[in-house]
Amino acid sequence: MMNNDNKSELLLNVKGLRASIEGKEILKGIDLEVRPGEVHAIMGPNGSGKSTFSEVLAGDPAFEVLGGTAFLDGVNLLELSPENRSHEGLFLSFQYPVEIPGVSMANFMKAAINAKRKYFGQDPFNAAEFLKLMKEKRAIVELDSKLASRAVNEGFSGGEKKRNEIFQMAMLEPKLSILDETDSGLDIDALRIVAEGVNKLHTPHNATIVITHYQRLLDYIKPDFVHVLYKGRIVRTGGPELALELEERGYDWIKNEIDAAEQS
Amino acid sequence: MNQYSKLYSENVDSLGRRPEALEAFEARVPQLDRVFEPETYAVNLRRLKLPVDAALSFKCAVPAVSASPALIVNDIFQPARRLPDGVTLMSLRAAAELHPELIPASLRKREEITAESALNDLLWTDGALIRIGRGIHLARPLQLVNILSAPMDLLTFRRIVIVAEPDSDASLLICDHTQDSERNYLVNELIEVRVEQGARFSLDRVEESSPLTVRRSEMHVSLDSDAKFKSASAVLFCGDSDSKIHVDLLAPGAEAEINGMVIASGEEAPKFHTFIVHHGEHTSSNQTFKFVADGQSNCVFDGLIKVMQSARFTEAYQSNHNLLASSEARMHAEPALEIYCDDVKCSHGATTGQLDPAALFYMRSRGIPEDEAKQMLMEAFLADVINSVSIESLRDRLRHLVERRFSALGSGHDSCANCVALNP
Ligand SMILES: Nc1ncnc2c1ncn2[C@@H]1O[C@H](COP(=O)(O)OP(=O)(O)OP(=O)(O)O)[C@@H](O)[C@H]1O
Ligand SMILES: [Mg+2]
Repeated sequence: MMNNDNKSELLLNVKGLRASIEGKEILKGIDLEVRPGEVHAIMGPNGSGKSTFSEVLAGDPAFEVLGGTAFLDGVNLLELSPENRSHEGLFLSFQYPVEIPGVSMANFMKAAINAKRKYFGQDPFNAAEFLKLMKEKRAIVELDSKLASRAVNEGFSGGEKKRNEIFQMAMLEPKLSILDETDSGLDIDALRIVAEGVNKLHTPHNATIVITHYQRLLDYIKPDFVHVLYKGRIVRTGGPELALELEERGYDWIKNEIDAAEQS
Repeated sequence: MNQYSKLYSENVDSLGRRPEALEAFEARVPQLDRVFEPETYAVNLRRLKLPVDAALSFKCAVPAVSASPALIVNDIFQPARRLPDGVTLMSLRAAAELHPELIPASLRKREEITAESALNDLLWTDGALIRIGRGIHLARPLQLVNILSAPMDLLTFRRIVIVAEPDSDASLLICDHTQDSERNYLVNELIEVRVEQGARFSLDRVEESSPLTVRRSEMHVSLDSDAKFKSASAVLFCGDSDSKIHVDLLAPGAEAEINGMVIASGEEAPKFHTFIVHHGEHTSSNQTFKFVADGQSNCVFDGLIKVMQSARFTEAYQSNHNLLASSEARMHAEPALEIYCDDVKCSHGATTGQLDPAALFYMRSRGIPEDEAKQMLMEAFLADVINSVSIESLRDRLRHLVERRFSALGSGHDSCANCVALNP
């Protein structure tokens, strides 16, 4: 599984990625390689740039890319619109899913699915095919059918929003999913259901990056690698034991090391 | 003597117009827009039948509204083939000549007569009289279609008088279409609606006129005790379109809901002015107006709520929300409250902004192309006004028309080529 020298097998290959918002540099050179079948966890103190990294990969026009490269399965992500990045297999579960009053979940998902089908030269799904797909995927995260008939995220509880993100992931069958603090806001049962959903969707051909602050999620979704992001860089990479160490010791020891290195 | 006074004196006055009308008009001439340059337009004073086949080629785009709409082609009335019992829907000109007792006195007080409506007093040639008989409940809406279609530039003066008699319940759809987008049209329209005690009347409007059409529309509505009036106006295509809506809530229990939605692009200039005046105690009004302003359009909403000293326990709300879809579009919003009484609940709010970039990115990140995502957000923005339309089949139709309207924006189509009603 972890064949380190076969570069062509990389599902995600990010090198030296730098990005800013409103003139402020947030990402200062990120390197990350993800292979099919892997699960990576990204941890790090608040404000270190984890969400920024995922949003820049997804193509949020609010950020300016200053340098570096990012390839998904050989496709240059930085050249693509956000919608085409999605079609090419990138999925971001948002830390703060957006409420869209007036747009029903069904219409939203139908537009997304049919845009993807069009991108690959397939006919759009008809209403029956689409409903069948919705029903099947809803079951994976036990999403209430009532939520699926409401406006996108409008009035959803924090946990319902997160569950809805994983439902969308199930619908879109991405190659690479980035789950940004999907565990926050979930109660104990919901966490298990959502994590099991993510595991069900995992195959040897796709990969997952989970951004989290807590070991609890990693008990369910077992990472192959754990990275620490600090001040816009990945400053430490290890196995699952790194997460346990962080849980115990916090970030100060890493921060001190990095800050001291910066001073000298 | 100016051009209009001359037109008036040449006009055969069989409609009981009094010399005061001329005086009132002449006193207000300086307020008139430059758009009323008379040289450019013909006025059909001799009531010639223009060689147009509007009635033949017109097909209603709103299914199951009315089996048979009445038409006003330019300013000539063509009756509906069938009418429900208890309903009068006839030429106003014919009514003025044959049954003047059916036409109530004007609702406008002296100080409320504008230059435009004074001109309409002078020169109106036809229009419609609609009466819903006492206690009559209509299962289906009535429909009146205004069509502009002439082989020359044309100036028309039309007038619509509506009386909803006590305890009646009816709805009316008025559609405005231009059939020939090459011509200059100027429409001066006056509508007066009386909703009598305990009656319910709803008036929905759809405008799809060409860029060269100038509309000056003025509507006066009076509500007696326990009368309910509901109106939703949708402007999908227009030229220079100016609508004034004046509502007097006269007596306890009167309720008015006045909504509007506008989609403007190119150089369209849609304007709404509302004057909602509460006279009676325990009256309520609610207004929601939404504009999507694209291109170089120039949009206006002024809304005034006035609560008179006599109108204790009034509830009056107004909201105006606007989306600027392009950097060159302009929106002028001026909500105002004048309250002369304590013990009222009133609020107004206006916002003008862009599409939510976070929502747009969220949709795109799921694979929805940018144009489609924008369109979905704009439709969602208008959804509450569409949902307030009384006529169910019109709601569905409007959703469809709005969708088409926005796709036309994306591909830069011109207005009337998309007018579904005329190109079914
Ligand atoms: N729109 C913005 N305008 C200005 N600064 C921003 C903006 N978005 C993010 N930032 C800044 O970028 C930095 C990184 O933020 P980011 O959200 O990526 O952190 P994070 O690692 O995800 O934190 P958390 O663990 O709290 O979610 C922060 O200092 C934040 O204030
Ligand atoms: Mg974050």
